[in-house]
Amino acid sequence: MQDQEDACRLTGLGRTYGKGVSAHRALDSIDLTIRANEFFTLLGPSGCGKTTLLRLIGGFDQPTAGEIAIFGRNVAGLPPEDRPVNTVFQNYALFPHLTVAENVGFALRMLGRPKAEIAATVARMVALVGLEGMEHRRPDQLSGGQKQRVALARALAPGPKILLLDEPLSALDAKLRQRMRSELKALQRETGITFVFVTHDQDEALAMSDRIAVMQGGRVQQLGKPEEIYEAPANRFVADFIGGANLIPARIGARGAEAEGLGVVPASGDLGAEVTLAIRPERLAILPAGQQQPGDLGPLRVAERIYMGNELSFRLEGALVPLHVTLPRGGLRGAQDFTPGDAVCLRAEPGAIRVLSS
Amino acid sequence: MALFDARAKDIRNLPGFGLTATLAVAFLYAPIVFLVLYSFNAGRSISRLDGLSWRWYQAVFANEEIAGAALNSVLLAVIAASVATVMATAAALAMVRMKVRRRAAAYAVLNFPLMVPEIVTAIASLIFFSSVGLGLGFGSLVIAHTTFCIPFAYLPITARLTSMDPALESAAADLYARPWTQFRLITLPLLAPGLMSGWLLAFIVSLDDFIISSMLSGPGSTTLPVHIYSMLRLGITPEVNAVSSLMVLASALVVITSGLIARKHS
Ligand SMILES: Nc1ncnc2c1ncn2[C@@H]1O[C@H](COP(=O)(O)OP(=O)(O)OP(=O)(O)O)[C@@H](O)[C@H]1O
Ligand SMILES: [Mg+2]
Repeated sequence: MQDQEDACRLTGLGRTYGKGVSAHRALDSIDLTIRANEFFTLLGPSGCGKTTLLRLIGGFDQPTAGEIAIFGRNVAGLPPEDRPVNTVFQNYALFPHLTVAENVGFALRMLGRPKAEIAATVARMVALVGLEGMEHRRPDQLSGGQKQRVALARALAPGPKILLLDEPLSALDAKLRQRMRSELKALQRETGITFVFVTHDQDEALAMSDRIAVMQGGRVQQLGKPEEIYEAPANRFVADFIGGANLIPARIGARGAEAEGLGVVPASGDLGAEVTLAIRPERLAILPAGQQQPGDLGPLRVAERIYMGNELSFRLEGALVPLHVTLPRGGLRGAQDFTPGDAVCLRAEPGAIRVLSS
Repeated sequence: MALFDARAKDIRNLPGFGLTATLAVAFLYAPIVFLVLYSFNAGRSISRLDGLSWRWYQAVFANEEIAGAALNSVLLAVIAASVATVMATAAALAMVRMKVRRRAAAYAVLNFPLMVPEIVTAIASLIFFSSVGLGLGFGSLVIAHTTFCIPFAYLPITARLTSMDPALESAAADLYARPWTQFRLITLPLLAPGLMSGWLLAFIVSLDDFIISSMLSGPGSTTLPVHIYSMLRLGITPEVNAVSSLMVLASALVVITSGLIARKHS
């Protein structure tokens, strides 16, 4: 019964390219369970193995270690055409010589469905992605966003149990990307299909996902809900990659974590251990140096004031690493303003400082 | 002033370029122009124009030997080009999936016969076909022509294939197409312009071949170029010009068709 709940289970999954000295571990023993009906995101920088993982699930490539079970069934050796999985490819891969309707109906035609059923499903899919009236166009007569919708409709038409999406929004402009985010999310909720979504854009991942696997160097660095990933990063990489936390080297002393030039912040750990303090730029308040209290970070000097419209950001010097603070404009916290050269200190919100092992 | 003067680097602005180009084109085309011009000669001379007429074309079309040779040539070219296109397609499909170095090696093997002087290939083929008992005639011609047509057919096909997005086949597989269906519905239609160019190129190469054909053709399987050559030995009349002009026309049509296909799909 447990297996029924899991859309996809990866056990010790590995993919090594090349042999001997030139061998490259694109994926290194991945253990992951993707639940049925969830919007699951693989997030990580370029080259971390996201596409490789997706290709293994889709059946376009075979693992060099470990196994994949899709709805409880081991799919080792099964070609893509035998897996209940469809893919929206990174560059869409629409068939250029077929019309929108023929592209969308392709899978149903391959499955030998009756003509009337194909026509009905195509019409429904085309309407679902808002492309009515374009059924007879060819892909080169479509805009980027329209192509993206065709790719989506084509992959959804056969009713897959799992939909794999490889950076489907990366080729779109910022505004369209925002809109497609909401549409994709809504579509996933309506259809109840398990989405495995690949992106290197943290905002996209945080906004859309039920759960996120943060990847780096062929390994999963952290797996969790967007809130967990953001609020409680498991390590330096995740803290830095998601939201660009301030990462401050420190040492656990008798009264807390001692960071050079910043004073002591409350923290527990093995005495003398080298740690990293991770603090989000937006969870710090900035105050004149004169108001520094015990537990505040400082003294520091404003090195740069960066105006970003809805936010105001400061780069501060005086510690081992430059620190960043981001304040919303307007409102209570936004009343503060400083100019380069000002002596300041920082006060972290309660619970904002995370101690990571170095 | 432009940051980078492209005109200074343009070879067309080198002194003497225009003259050289004009002369080169003239040398290329003058013989053909004269060939065609004298094919319309009213007299028997191929160097003195005595007015214009269609008489030599009428003579060509009335000449059964020429008709037979032309038929041989076209039949041979169609068969050789078709078989070569199928084989070149198979080779191209296998070779795009190879690693770069192995592909280069395979291409060298495929291409080597073109590097060997044709007379050597011709004599080698003659000796080989005789010694295996195949003898001279149409069968040997088909085998030999197919062989040297393959590398020509291969080039446009592989060019088209490498420019094709490999994700398309993956997408077809993802959408439940079996390997053969993937090929039939996706690869083949997208490959079609390359196949047509490859076929036409192979066709023209076969049609124009003289050396190998002259060695391997037996009685009754003479090709048109071989027959034209034998006509020369009986004394040159504008009839030779007329039949040659027709071959030029056929070649031009094939080249233009192949160019149109390439342009439509670029
Ligand atoms: N066919 C291959 N042969 C050798 N190495 C490969 C091959 N495909 C991928 N790699 C390597 O495996 C690693 C992971 O590649 P992958 O395509 O999965 O990255 P990605 O996370 O999808 O990156 P991106 O965000 O740029 O698409 C990279 O270092 C890449 O160079
Ligand atoms: Mg990728």
